[in-house]
Amino acid sequence: MLTTQRSVSGSSQSPRSPSSQPYLSVSVTDPVKLGNGVQAYISYRVITKTNFPEYQGPEKIVIRRYSDFVWLRDRLFEKYKGVFIPPLPEKSAVEKFRFSAEFIEMRRQALDVFVNRIASHHELQQSEDLRTFLQADEETMERLRFHETGIFKKKPADLMQIFKDVQSKVSDVVLGKEKPVEESNPEYEKLKHYIFELENHLAEAQKHAYRLVKRHRELGQSLSDFGKAAKLLGACEGNALGKAFTELGAKSEALSIRLQKEAHQLLMSFEEPLKDYFRAVQSIKATIAERANAFRQQCELAETIKLKEINLEKLMLTRSDRVGEAEHEYKELKAEGEEVSRRFETMVRLMNEEIVRFQEQKTIDMGIAFHEFAKGQARLANSIADAWRSLLPKLETCSSA
Amino acid sequence: MMKQENHGDDGANLHASQDDMESLVLDEPPPSSNGQSSPSASASVERHSTTATTSSTSQNFNSILEPPSYADAVFTSFDSSSSNGQENPKQPSYQSDPPTRSEFLKIWVSDPEKELELTNSLVPGGTSYYTYLITTRTNMPEYGGPGSEFTVRRRFKDVVTLSDRLSESYRGFVIPIRPDKSVVESQVMQIEQFVEQRRAALSKYLNKLAVHPTLKKSEELRLFLVVRGKLPLAKSVDMASRMLDGAVRLPRQLTGEAAAVTDVNEAAQPAKGGRDLLRIFRELRQSVVNDWGGVKPMVVEEDKEFMERKEKVAEFEQQLSNLSQQAESLVKAQQDMGETMGELGLAFVKLTKLETEGAMFQSQTIRATDMKNVATAAVKASRLYRELNAQTVKHLDKLHEYLGVILAVNSAFSDRSSALLTVQTLSSELVSLQSRIEKLEAAASKIFGGDRSRMRKIEELKETLKVSEDAKACAVREYERIKENNRSELERVDRERHEDFMGMLKGFVLNQAGYAEKMANAWEKLAEETSAYERDGN
Repeated sequence: MLTTQRSVSGSSQSPRSPSSQPYLSVSVTDPVKLGNGVQAYISYRVITKTNFPEYQGPEKIVIRRYSDFVWLRDRLFEKYKGVFIPPLPEKSAVEKFRFSAEFIEMRRQALDVFVNRIASHHELQQSEDLRTFLQADEETMERLRFHETGIFKKKPADLMQIFKDVQSKVSDVVLGKEKPVEESNPEYEKLKHYIFELENHLAEAQKHAYRLVKRHRELGQSLSDFGKAAKLLGACEGNALGKAFTELGAKSEALSIRLQKEAHQLLMSFEEPLKDYFRAVQSIKATIAERANAFRQQCELAETIKLKEINLEKLMLTRSDRVGEAEHEYKELKAEGEEVSRRFETMVRLMNEEIVRFQEQKTIDMGIAFHEFAKGQARLANSIADAWRSLLPKLETCSSA
Repeated sequence: MMKQENHGDDGANLHASQDDMESLVLDEPPPSSNGQSSPSASASVERHSTTATTSSTSQNFNSILEPPSYADAVFTSFDSSSSNGQENPKQPSYQSDPPTRSEFLKIWVSDPEKELELTNSLVPGGTSYYTYLITTRTNMPEYGGPGSEFTVRRRFKDVVTLSDRLSESYRGFVIPIRPDKSVVESQVMQIEQFVEQRRAALSKYLNKLAVHPTLKKSEELRLFLVVRGKLPLAKSVDMASRMLDGAVRLPRQLTGEAAAVTDVNEAAQPAKGGRDLLRIFRELRQSVVNDWGGVKPMVVEEDKEFMERKEKVAEFEQQLSNLSQQAESLVKAQQDMGETMGELGLAFVKLTKLETEGAMFQSQTIRATDMKNVATAAVKASRLYRELNAQTVKHLDKLHEYLGVILAVNSAFSDRSSALLTVQTLSSELVSLQSRIEKLEAAASKIFGGDRSRMRKIEELKETLKVSEDAKACAVREYERIKENNRSELERVDRERHEDFMGMLKGFVLNQAGYAEKMANAWEKLAEETSAYERDGN
């Protein structure tokens, strides 16, 4: 029933297909910390391997930083309305200061996944901005990045506001308040409700997953402390009983290490995918907001056209000499209206396709995460059981002594 | 909430000390709880925790997850020694008949009841205290042989009395420490909780006495368990009247006018409160002299070995205390793990519901199944962690218990030290008496015919000397006796500790292993259910 689809967002694998097949594969590697103090940032090596004709060559290597990825995301969001743009890892100003190895690795992985998702998306992979991102030299990239800040770049605060608007409109409709300029599409309403619910539940799941990682670390720490204390007591006791305590202490310390390892595993292969899922849902919310905007725009334009039509008829009746001008304006507006409608329809169509793809992809992504989670926990439990069982014969000899 | 009771039994105290504050004064009506510990208390604890978790989430769980099979819910202890928790004597128990040991003495503490203080002149409102029903079953001949059963009602004050009398009669023995009098903590918790805690503590204490090879045969314990009505043991004399008593006698003793006749047997007892202020004063001086390297004690001691022993015990105490603390942290970490696992499971239950209700795509249905499986595994693991922890607590509690044993050991050590002090005090007294006699005799011999008063004085001193010599002999015997008690008791404690700790370690390890295996099963099941997602070549 379920085909074991390998997620095409695999990273630095070499393409399976022979060179005749079109391929675009990207890897984000080699994080390097640059700069000092507050100015510090991480730069990544982005390696592109492709045979797409639009690209400059079979392989290209550029240096990029986080804000470049943000630029790419924003550009795609602008241009490809209706498409769920892959999510980026959070900006996180706090962790940036600490730049732990774990944080750096997690970010690198997330950025790698981000670019590859774009590269394997039928629509997005054709983006000119993607080509720029993957090929432009660093100075060009820097210029583009700064240029965008003022005009097009949506600040996080704006995005939040859009979310809030969409959210309040949804609740208004639910509460039966004012009739807003909203699509009266029951299927779409259902989808929106679903997305909002999903976001809440995922936030909760991810929170507990993160806590679970912490608990593993804490349990590991307490086993280590317990082990040390047992060893000290064993040394104090001296005799066979003392030996038993010492052995117990050693086992406890060994298990502590196992737990720390598993905590890391849990973070990378369970908590991170959940977080990724959560981010993806937030990206969908942004698209929903865009669609609402587009719809409002469409309605407003329709209103304006109608008014113009009425006005034109009036003018025609009065045989005004402004008829020509008005007619021209009317025709222009009508054309614009058609264009806007077309774009809106495209958006709707794209969203419908995206939803199907999203659901399928997430089932796979989460399925993998669950499987890794299960394997990890089973591994851990088994090694704990083995470790303690192996201690029993030693305890027997100590007690009979 | 709860006020502290400040009155002793006589109610005529001016200086009510902390010692007297053991009864509980209550404003509220007592709980009608039975306060009995149910059979296999561990199982009920476990069942409570299970129902607690499922009650709030039962709606979610029942609709999504299969209800837990009772085979899983009821705890299985993996260690053989599950003789913890006492059964109520009234309920038919599967453990009703004694184990293989030839002699047994089992005690149950139940049915706390509030009673009013009868004599109370100071507080018009009336004060009250709690009594407990003490049920004893035994086959010991001292109690009347097989099939003997007794019930009495006792209050906490009676337990204090019992404990004090035992300390006096069994000097040098390692006597179990009685439960705290402290009322301070109780102000934070409900009365019901406090009474239940006290009931459990009393039960533990009395049964510890009941398994002590010497104390279980003591007359004090027998009277406590058997005699109905007022406890026929001398009460602890309160500090205040002791002080008053002693103060009256003091001037005479200090001036040395009366012959300091010491009852030979009294010399064997440690100096009591006000009754013998002078003696206390003397012994204090003696110990100060000892510490400052003054007069060397005349009694020869295997001091070094004893000192080494004491040091070793102190070190052991430190390590044990440390381990006990870490054990607490471990228990907390396990508890947290279980909680978070449970919350994670809950979160996935919600997600499952969301994907199930009004699913629009096949992929959602598949994901719903996956999430349900994750939730099931997580909830199961959570439950297992909680059970594991309940067991871990029971095992590691032994560590804490032995900290109490060390207190008892130190108390036995100090019995020995105070006996030695008595001997040393008497020794130096003898020395000073001797020298006084010699001086007087020397002076008297210079005067022809002798000084009548001086001669009388010499006679008196010689009398005192004889008495003191006898007293010292008695004290030395007592000291030797206590030393022997120390030795044999320490041996016994060592043996028991060895056994207890080995049992604890084995039980702890067995439990950890057993529950880890159960958890592995649950996770392996989930791994199998999600095996379709196995990434080849990872």
